[in-house]
Amino acid sequence: MSWFAENGLLVGLALLDGLSYAAAVFMVAVGLNLVFGVMRVLNVAHGSLYAIGGYAAASLGLFVASLGAPPWAGLPVLLAAAVLVGALLGPLIERLLLRRMQDQEPVLQLLVTFALFMILEDLQKLAFGVQPVVFDAPLKWLGTVDVPFGADAIPFTAYQLYVLPGVALATLAILAVVLRYTLVGRMVVAVTVDREAARAMGIDAAKVTLLTFTAGAALAALGGALAAPTVSLVPGVGASTIVLSFAVVATAGLGQIEGAAVAALLIGLGRSFAVYVAPEFEVVVPYAIMVTVLLFRPQGLFGVAETRRI
Amino acid sequence: MKDCDATRMSLTRRAALGTIGVGGLALSGRLAQAQGAKPQEIKVGIATYLSGPASVFGVPGRQTAEMLFDEINAAGGIAGIKVRPIFVDEGPGVDHVVGEYRRLVQNEGVHLVFAAISSADCLACAPLADELKRPTLLWDCGTQRIFEDNRYSYAFRTQANATPEILAALLYLLKVKPDFKSIAVINQDYAWGRDSWDIFRTALNTLKPGVKVAAELFPRFGATDFSTEVTRVLALRPDVVLSTSWGGDLDALIRQSSDRKLFERATFVMPLAESSLQRVGKALPAGHIVGARGDHWFLHPSPADPERLKRFTESYRSRFNAYPIYPCFHMAQAVSAMKAGIEKAVAAKGGGWPTDAELAAAFKGLEFPSPTASVRIREDGQGLENQLIGTTLHSDRYPFPVLTDMVVFPAESVTTPVGQKSADWLKTLSPEMVAKLPQALAFR
Repeated sequence: MSWFAENGLLVGLALLDGLSYAAAVFMVAVGLNLVFGVMRVLNVAHGSLYAIGGYAAASLGLFVASLGAPPWAGLPVLLAAAVLVGALLGPLIERLLLRRMQDQEPVLQLLVTFALFMILEDLQKLAFGVQPVVFDAPLKWLGTVDVPFGADAIPFTAYQLYVLPGVALATLAILAVVLRYTLVGRMVVAVTVDREAARAMGIDAAKVTLLTFTAGAALAALGGALAAPTVSLVPGVGASTIVLSFAVVATAGLGQIEGAAVAALLIGLGRSFAVYVAPEFEVVVPYAIMVTVLLFRPQGLFGVAETRRI
Repeated sequence: MKDCDATRMSLTRRAALGTIGVGGLALSGRLAQAQGAKPQEIKVGIATYLSGPASVFGVPGRQTAEMLFDEINAAGGIAGIKVRPIFVDEGPGVDHVVGEYRRLVQNEGVHLVFAAISSADCLACAPLADELKRPTLLWDCGTQRIFEDNRYSYAFRTQANATPEILAALLYLLKVKPDFKSIAVINQDYAWGRDSWDIFRTALNTLKPGVKVAAELFPRFGATDFSTEVTRVLALRPDVVLSTSWGGDLDALIRQSSDRKLFERATFVMPLAESSLQRVGKALPAGHIVGARGDHWFLHPSPADPERLKRFTESYRSRFNAYPIYPCFHMAQAVSAMKAGIEKAVAAKGGGWPTDAELAAAFKGLEFPSPTASVRIREDGQGLENQLIGTTLHSDRYPFPVLTDMVVFPAESVTTPVGQKSADWLKTLSPEMVAKLPQALAFR
């Protein structure tokens, strides 16, 4: 009790940091999880889509700003860039590559998406160069918010406090509503649960897969686009993101959307508290959480154990 | 006849084996050169980052090498021989670089190797240089351990190392902000981040004991979000924040600290931030301490040969549309050392081409010009290079911060003496050395 009395204010700060970090991680992990649910493919190239989304948003944002657009215009530009990347690359990758690998061994699918990841990393360097890129106009436009801290005040960016968690919550809500209450969503769920039965009932599984992969790609790109105002985009940014996303997805259980939100929250808060309490463990905390969960629930927090089909 | 055929067959086999042996050796590239035959071209293997986060340094390094090799060839080569670079990528890791080093020497038959940016790669390549007897210039890596832990006959460093780079920044801090009482560190979580903090802390404990270390934060290498670290440091309110980070990590830390007004609450010390100035622009406010990993900056206040620096800067800028950053200068130093070393060895041989051993020997004690001053390679293979540290200033002439109140630390004053280890030597420093610092030079 006395620790909390002394450190209650710090706990509050850690919560705010953890929430915004969790929101950023969730945006990437949820797309990965959605795609795995429908396609049963662990898409390593998801990290590249994140990076390309970020680069596209920064490039488009800088271009729009150079035309004299007001700073608020940067926010819709982030969304537009994500939709553009998802709509262009999603169908291309699904039709040309993943559809052909649909019935192959999981390890082969993993290797193919890894190869794609490497190719996209190089293409990214050719297109955007190797120097860090940033587009922070929306962040600067929104300004900072002073959070009281005893007699002091700690400035947070409004983008970090409101935009990131807000977009993550909206994404979660939209996905939940679409998957539960719309025809398209129910078809996605049906294909996720049992592809063969869904096809037998007349669902065009190929079309559902294409749609889901495109949505997953757009979500990855949106994750990158939302990160663009706060981070410096450099070669390799996709690799570090995909590793953390895997930790979230494995903790949540493959294919679990709400689970991804909870896992992202756990990992975000865990990492944030580690910085305050034991910074030496900051790097390992997300993976320690994942290992602990998998030790006791190999199918993840919200995953359902599947009966092996013979 | 049969016997005769058998004999012929046997001889043929022997001859064939011999031919395969000689051919194999020929195919395996140039052997350690015993006779010193003059080559048709000087092949130089260059290990640099062409992929991954460190390509922010590796690619400018490669660009500089290409530019300078072109210039050398346009001027007739070195000792009348054209030079050709062969680049290999450090991105895949140490094992890959070791394999590439062997390939460069045994298959490509390179005459020299420039290796590398990563300290881990340099630690692996220096013993290889001696094993394969190929002169190797360590062109950018920082770890001080290479020549403190071992002796090499074929490996030489053409710039300073981590100890003078970090010590100079601390001395500068002690000079300009002597009353600070607390410090926080935000470094990348890998060897450089940890080692550089060890150097800084050891020297700090010697020169100004009693400073409170408010936080030691080591975010993941390649991290993009430092908001938690920034919040933590904002809450702790240290007088000074040290970060030896670089590349995208440092850019993100600077931007996020700037967005949240951390620069207004603490003085930052960033020994590698010269390489970020052009990218972060005026997000980095005035009044913070910045280093350049050596005695170089495109607006150096007192270059030995102003025309040389101007020529180098303008050539780079016209070709790559950016001002050169420190890896460009480090590459320029390696190229300059190579040229000076070969010319010295050729002259010592009366115009003949030196053996590998003779070429390696030429680098010991070699003094060569850099774009801003000159560097001398000590008897232990370590380069003696001055250190430039300054304070950021916003000027209307550039869209990014420039440096002012620059101090150029003489190499001998901040470099661990031959035969000593940095960890021990730093404990022998005297606080009086702060009072003896050279005069600061203002931005002009």
